[in-house]
Amino acid sequence: MIPESLLSLLERLCNAVAVSGDEGEVRQIVLEEVRPHADEVRVDALGNVLAIRRARSGDGLRVMLAAHMDEVGLMLVAEDGDGLYRFETVGSVDERYLVGKPVWVGKDHLPGVIGARPIHLTTPEERARKLSLESLRIDLGPGRKAELGSRATFATPFRRLGAAILAKSLDNRLGVATVIELLRNAPPHLELQAAFTVQEEIGLRGASVAAYALQPHLGIAVDSTPAHDLPAPEGHENLFYNTRLGAGPAIYRADAATLSDPRLVRFLEAVAQRHNIPYQIRQPGGGGTDAGAIQRTREGIPAVSVSVPGRYPHSPASLALLEDWENTLRLLQEALNELTAEVLETEKNS
Amino acid sequence: MKSLVEALTQTFGPSGYEGAIRERVQQEIAPFVDDMRIDALGNLIARKGRAQNGGQRIVVAAHLDEIGLIATHIEERGFVRFTSIGGVMVHTLIGGRVRFVNGIAGVIHMDQDEPRDSFPKLEKLFIDVGATSAADCPVRVGDMAAFERPFLDLGRRWVAKSMDDRIGVAVMIETLRTLQETPNEVYFVFTVQEEVGTRGAAPAAFGLEPQVALAVDVTRTGDVPGGKMAVALGKGPAIKILDSGMIADPKVVEWMGGVAERLGIPYQREVLVGGTTDARAMQLVRAGVPAGCLSIPCRYIHSPSEMVDVEDVQHSVRLLHALLSQPLPFS
Repeated sequence: MIPESLLSLLERLCNAVAVSGDEGEVRQIVLEEVRPHADEVRVDALGNVLAIRRARSGDGLRVMLAAHMDEVGLMLVAEDGDGLYRFETVGSVDERYLVGKPVWVGKDHLPGVIGARPIHLTTPEERARKLSLESLRIDLGPGRKAELGSRATFATPFRRLGAAILAKSLDNRLGVATVIELLRNAPPHLELQAAFTVQEEIGLRGASVAAYALQPHLGIAVDSTPAHDLPAPEGHENLFYNTRLGAGPAIYRADAATLSDPRLVRFLEAVAQRHNIPYQIRQPGGGGTDAGAIQRTREGIPAVSVSVPGRYPHSPASLALLEDWENTLRLLQEALNELTAEVLETEKNS
Repeated sequence: MKSLVEALTQTFGPSGYEGAIRERVQQEIAPFVDDMRIDALGNLIARKGRAQNGGQRIVVAAHLDEIGLIATHIEERGFVRFTSIGGVMVHTLIGGRVRFVNGIAGVIHMDQDEPRDSFPKLEKLFIDVGATSAADCPVRVGDMAAFERPFLDLGRRWVAKSMDDRIGVAVMIETLRTLQETPNEVYFVFTVQEEVGTRGAAPAAFGLEPQVALAVDVTRTGDVPGGKMAVALGKGPAIKILDSGMIADPKVVEWMGGVAERLGIPYQREVLVGGTTDARAMQLVRAGVPAGCLSIPCRYIHSPSEMVDVEDVQHSVRLLHALLSQPLPFS
């Protein structure tokens, strides 16, 4: 079971506004949470939080866990007067999701709405057309103001739905909460390097400099990945689901940014099987995680990704199963407990 | 050299799974190098010589990996859906054969209700490994496959899958065999993951800090029906001026051309519109590295039947040997 204290941490993280480049609100929470459990905590030049728990014994294997703090969102770019603002998207946001949604703007979470002409005043032809980003405004209400450059997110408070959770930015506050929890329970035989990275959603930018500074022996990106496991039409098979809800942590073999190190994939699978932890292989395809940046740092760093599956990421409301999160935590905890430098000495093939 | 090229092209090694081909190369070069090691990503790094008397630290890189396929889904009836690893073209696939990392072979075909007069999308293709259900399918999601196609000797021309870049690997091995003395410290680097975005070469170069870096790779030709590029088979190795990822250092280009002319080795100047090589990755490492590329002209790149000219290959070995065995004319 996921303890209540961890769930409430996830709630705080999800309700924070931390669009790429402006991760301060999540960083503050992370700093408070990791300080009691790390030997060294620093915020680097780009804003990554690097929290290091040194080895108490063993051969000093350095393991980097990376979870990105940032989320996709919006940015105010011009004022149209009287509380109306033009905006741009930050990271990959489907523009079809925008219209009609309430938003939180800036550090104070100013409420606003992305409005459009209502059905009373539009023709059926107009309603058949997609609304362009240029035609949309964030409306803070007449007389209200926000600074240009302020970030905004969908205004979706975290909620429990029985065995599931529903929130904005489960991608990747699930990963952030996971890495915080792993740091708290760091095994004594290795150096755990927790990197809470910035600017992942706009191109894995923070992880690259974090890995350069930390120089780990291997890296694991902890993230959340789409699950699109909805039923296919009668007589058809759903071929493109990426991952499935309820099937456990998703281990990556290949995405557009990384070919996972086969040794690490093999190791994770063996750990899952030994401990009867359900897991799935994410469908190879597009996308990318911080592992891509880590792998190419300095002289190369073996890397892999493990993600919690979640439906509807990068939308106003994503949905994940608590059991998948719990199994992801279990898999990573057991993996850390058993991880030694030997993993990297085995043959890389197969 | 023919048997070497045949052996290299017939060895398995899609991006990220270069273990078998790397092992083969290790065996080939072991008697001729001063030392070798495998780095964190799997690049094979072999040294020949120590920089002395004006010699320099040179990295020469050919990539071990080949394009391939990776399983994305096992259907209820046992068919394997897949996506591409590297620049795979769908029109080269249908009817072809592949072999997975675990040794399982299969044939590629497309959904029967797809139109026959146009190319289907990749997701309309599948691999049939002889399974009858998902349960008895020996392939799992995430398993990687490489193409199967026998080596073909056409006299003046050799044809094989993965000539890109096993012919570059072969040119480097042949050069190593004959390179007795060099004033330079030459690192022969056999890189991984080039086909998915020149990922192996940069970390290797980061560690080696070369003063000059050369890639040895294939390049396209225009000497076929409908072709437009100036490079042709049989006119010698191509010295890269630029491609879409790199402008070769002019002094490297001049050096390569000068050595070829002195030895009477025919060569061509290459301007490649699409594609790039490990040279791009190495050029941008640390504070920057003067870089160039010795290209072996190759027809039908990224198809299962890539064709090179035997004399081009032999001239490439002579040129690379000459480049590495003398002090560089610049520093």
